[in-house]
Amino acid sequence: MTKLNMVKALNLALFQEMERDPDVVILGEDVGVDGGVFRVTDDLQRKFGSQRVIDSPLAEAAIIGTGVGMALYGLRPVCEIQFSGFAFQCFHQIENHVARYRLRSQGRFACSMVIRMPYGGGVRALEHHTESEEQFYAHIPGLKMVIPSGPRNARALLAAAIRDPDPVVFFESKALYHAAKEEVPPESETFPIGRAQVAREGGDLTLVAYGAMLRVAREAADVLQAEDGVAAEVLDLLTISPLDRETIVASVAKTGRAVVVHEAPRSFGPGAEIAASIMEGAFLRLEAPVRRVAAHDVSFVGFAREKANVPDVARVVAAARETLAF
Amino acid sequence: MAKTMAPQKATGPALDPGLVRKLLTDMLLIRRFEEKAAEAYALGKIGGFLHLYIGQEAVAVGATSALRPDDYVISAYREHGHCLAKGSDPKRMMAELFGRRDGLSHGKGGSMHLFDKSVNFLGGHAIVGAHLPVAAGVAFAIKYEARDQVIVCYFGDGAVPQGEFHESLNLAALWKLPVIYLCENNRYAMGTSTDRALAQTQIWKFGQTYGIPSEKVDGMDVFAVRDVVGRAVERARRDTTPSLIEADTYRFRGHSMRDPAGAVYRTKEEVEHEKERDPIALLRQRALAGGALTEADVRAIEKDVSDRIDEAVAFADASPEPPAEGLFTDIYKEG
Ligand SMILES: Cc1ncc(C[n+]2csc(CCOP(=O)(O)OP(=O)(O)O)c2C)c(N)n1
Ligand SMILES: [Mg+2]
Repeated sequence: MTKLNMVKALNLALFQEMERDPDVVILGEDVGVDGGVFRVTDDLQRKFGSQRVIDSPLAEAAIIGTGVGMALYGLRPVCEIQFSGFAFQCFHQIENHVARYRLRSQGRFACSMVIRMPYGGGVRALEHHTESEEQFYAHIPGLKMVIPSGPRNARALLAAAIRDPDPVVFFESKALYHAAKEEVPPESETFPIGRAQVAREGGDLTLVAYGAMLRVAREAADVLQAEDGVAAEVLDLLTISPLDRETIVASVAKTGRAVVVHEAPRSFGPGAEIAASIMEGAFLRLEAPVRRVAAHDVSFVGFAREKANVPDVARVVAAARETLAF
Repeated sequence: MAKTMAPQKATGPALDPGLVRKLLTDMLLIRRFEEKAAEAYALGKIGGFLHLYIGQEAVAVGATSALRPDDYVISAYREHGHCLAKGSDPKRMMAELFGRRDGLSHGKGGSMHLFDKSVNFLGGHAIVGAHLPVAAGVAFAIKYEARDQVIVCYFGDGAVPQGEFHESLNLAALWKLPVIYLCENNRYAMGTSTDRALAQTQIWKFGQTYGIPSEKVDGMDVFAVRDVVGRAVERARRDTTPSLIEADTYRFRGHSMRDPAGAVYRTKEEVEHEKERDPIALLRQRALAGGALTEADVRAIEKDVSDRIDEAVAFADASPEPPAEGLFTDIYKEG
């Protein structure tokens, strides 16, 4: 086993999937010669050539639109959007085309493609470079929305996304790219899309998180254990949509209390859907209202105020304590 | 209708010392501002990315010198130079880069989103290509109100492959709007050179398709830029004719501070070669050779500019961090 950071782990997944399947192509701005803004596609053009690792002009709608055409014909494009904040330039392609071909053609055509984008805060960046917009994609039927939380699951989920028969929007946390190294097996592996993982077991309270917030939830669980003697269970969603309601409901049925943590703004965010799912599936087991710890309902805040906006350990612990005291 | 103009070194009539002084001052102001911003970035005082305008100063300064104060300017994210040239206060600009309370936008916009209503600077925009239709909308409003203002819209070669470039040119031509689209072709969009991104690298030619007066100009020659933009402004004021101008320029630094050398996608030799066209050195030479300024004048200008930028940095340093409660202001109209 080798220890890789998330950038290297994603690069490995791309490399192995391209080796495995000649129909996999990569398309995006500066993905080739430059190896990507965050170097996720580093060296792939040298290995696979410019026909398979394609530097596109600066034109997001064309990147996704041509990706759709490639996929309809039978290729498996992996499109990169440099930052999730730029994806509104191609949102119409994603919403109107990527997500709908299967339904629109009654299964005769479909878009087996992956749209990768860095998302999220914690890197002292500015507007369009710090937001978390998973709710937009999670809301679209026909799309799968995946957000890994570490190098190993990032690698395994990206491989699964590339092999998936349906389109996957794949968010990569900028804060996690270089945050930690993890053992990643050399041989190819996939994790199932649509399945959450129990990242830490506990019986008193469920913390639901994903992406960069997983670490925050885990640290909050440590604090609760150390200071309050509370055993929090931590769920790592990994896939936002389709949501693994079963795992969430099973955990909350056991603990009776839940706090959902996400970086997307609070209102109409994934937390609302998760809370509703808990209510529907575990209503009679609930000991307290489900709490949400999320970014505030603000589009952007500037780097100087970022810490006051993105959920941190203290906010999660405070919400957990209120839930426990209810 | 469309015509081309070979890049040329403007020679001819004696230079007006007052104008030369103003142009050199403004160009130096931008250069020093950017150099100090780079230092501050390296010290961790500036968050986000930092895209320096060094090398392109003649475009902003030449173009703005052909405008009236009540004309509008709108830009992309490499916009410090455009904002300074339009007359914004370097102190408040630097404070904005630092994310501080006294910044133009109280630190929320940062380097890429400077706005200054007092000088009709309609903002930096970080979504490449997205501000081009906005410029057309402002021009529409100007025409609707029967005013004789114009709007200059700066953008990079990187915006040309975006749909909004073509949508905007078509619309500006169709509706005959007083907008001047000024493309700063510095030959790269991040790491992608124009020949790898554009089927037509002569960007001014796209204007021909839409029947817009279109010209290419040496973007390192501040007088040439001033002339071309001056003519475009005149057309726009006279009968709301739009224009497309391609300024041939070069960024001496990397795309952002993360790419300080810019060495992966272009050679050191190329950068060194382009630096021989340094617009400030060219203007200085011409001013001295033509007798418009003396060595002492130039030194005095340089000193004055350095002092103003030092003052701007001190101001930004002294400005307090923004209070957290500012998070919730300006989301909707208050009161
Ligand atoms: C819609 C969109 N896509 C991608 C980016 C990322 N990006 C930022 S600047 C840039 C290159 C732009 O080049 P150009 O317009 O030539 O401006 P220059 O940097 O040369 O001033 C890219 C790809 C972005 N900001 N917006
Ligand atoms: Mg450029």
